[in-house]
Amino acid sequence: MKAVGRACLFGDNIDTDAIIPARYLNTSDPEELAAHCMEDADPNFVSNMSKGDLIIAGSNFGCGSSREHAPIAIKAAGVSCVIAKSFARIFFRNSINIGLPIFECPEAVEEAENGDEFEVDMSEGKIVNLSKGKEYRSQPLSEEIQEIIADGGLVGHVRKRVMAGG
Amino acid sequence: MGMTLTEKILAKHAGRDRVRPGDFIVARVDLVLGNDITAPVAIAEFERIGATRVFDPDKIALVPDHFTPNKDIKSAEQVRIMREFAKKHGITHFFEIGEMGIEHCLLPEKGMVVPGDLVVGADSHTCTYGALGAFSTGVGSTDIAAAMATGELWFRVPETIRFVFRGSLKPWVGGKDLILYTIGKIGVDGARYKAMEFAGEAISSLSVEGRLTMANMAIEAGGKNGIFMPDQKTVEYLLERTDREYELLESDADAEYSEVYEFDASEIEPQVALPHLPENARPVSEVKGIQIDQVVIGSCTNGRIEDLREAAAILRNKKVARGVRCIIIPGTQSVYLQAVREGLVEVFVEAGAVVSTPTCGPCLGGHMGVLAAGERAVSTTNRNFVGRMGHPKSEVYLAGPAVAAASAVAGEIVGPEEVV
Repeated sequence: MKAVGRACLFGDNIDTDAIIPARYLNTSDPEELAAHCMEDADPNFVSNMSKGDLIIAGSNFGCGSSREHAPIAIKAAGVSCVIAKSFARIFFRNSINIGLPIFECPEAVEEAENGDEFEVDMSEGKIVNLSKGKEYRSQPLSEEIQEIIADGGLVGHVRKRVMAGG
Repeated sequence: MGMTLTEKILAKHAGRDRVRPGDFIVARVDLVLGNDITAPVAIAEFERIGATRVFDPDKIALVPDHFTPNKDIKSAEQVRIMREFAKKHGITHFFEIGEMGIEHCLLPEKGMVVPGDLVVGADSHTCTYGALGAFSTGVGSTDIAAAMATGELWFRVPETIRFVFRGSLKPWVGGKDLILYTIGKIGVDGARYKAMEFAGEAISSLSVEGRLTMANMAIEAGGKNGIFMPDQKTVEYLLERTDREYELLESDADAEYSEVYEFDASEIEPQVALPHLPENARPVSEVKGIQIDQVVIGSCTNGRIEDLREAAAILRNKKVARGVRCIIIPGTQSVYLQAVREGLVEVFVEAGAVVSTPTCGPCLGGHMGVLAAGERAVSTTNRNFVGRMGHPKSEVYLAGPAVAAASAVAGEIVGPEEVV
């Protein structure tokens, strides 16, 4: 699977309150959450982005709360994947669990500019900055995590076990 | 090579003799927690899994605390989803208004976590229970859906960083100051994915409540969990709270740590973390004089009886400064009752503060004290991110109860000694 889109750049320590402010957490409806995605980091993010665009961010992306609403909002807004220098632990877990593709790749982040065209090969973790003509490799996900993704996220993974009587 | 306490607990729950940092394991969980923001998402996922029953109705805790008492119709609907799920599955530990409290104040108080437990919660501050010598970590809603269905979850065994606090604490310095100081030293991603183990004389002398405050904020350094060796204080804390049996495990002397920090606790002043990251910790003496509009004393970080006693010691026979709104939120019903019995509520009301029913409320800009543009608050909560307590142009200064109460009296940020 490939993602193609423009880069939307963010800095270090983008927290979950910036991704989806708590004032909107009285609902878990993905569309409602998507309407406020990244609002406190960039109030114009949702109106300026196009479906398929990528979030390119610095270190510790998604720090703070455990709210799964954060990756849900990003995914529902139409962001195809997030590339960051590093991710906060719970956000990383939540993204895998709900099927939002995320990649750690500091080099790709360092050299990216706002609006650069990217192509990402999800299964190989191959990241290409088409505007710069540069190719990067993200560290492949562990086998255990690949298995969860192959089962369609954690729900699919557990469902398979429940059905098998496990 | 020995194991850390974190490794021992994970190994035991995975049915292994030993684990190493980096190992992926599937482990049994002793308690699964959800709140009014995260549980509704988990319940939807639980149903999507196709599960028909929970793994153990006694080992799930559902605590509506963030927007309760329900602040609007949507919040009320979220709690209704929890209530119906709790009823359908016979969940023992579902806490409604009248018996609820802020989850991380409530569960330890009820004796629901003992040393050696493995706890997961769809709330990032689930790391609080490490104060009792448990492995406890925040996860997402889908994770707890899986855990509620199977009683298990996957983990990557974290490396452990050890923080040793030598010496004794200065007056008015407590767990909040130690953890803000620590985060100030290592940064908000300084312990990313790692276990934070706290030790040393200053930690041994700290009450269980002070340790709960410290473990609570491990996540603010990116930590997977915070952990303390259970000791006599832990045993005494649990004595009247639970009949469960537990083992007092501790890290081996030859356990391996990714890093070891040693701090001289006697040098640490009361701390204040400036906007907009908890790592912006400074000694209060360096930031005094900043004008404030609001003070919040409460939350899963500092909503326990000791915190209220500390605030009352400063507010007694004093008045909250004109122009400052001081909101005090006992963490649980029993903290509230104790505060009434000890006369603390009278002290607060006499001082011109308001006392609320337990809620997370203002900590996350939910309700009960949301900030307008340009307003500043000193808060005993755990996060000072942009927009955390309200308008994106408001500011939050994190501190312990003593600094918060003193600042309420002064109308500006000051250390406790300037007011008492």
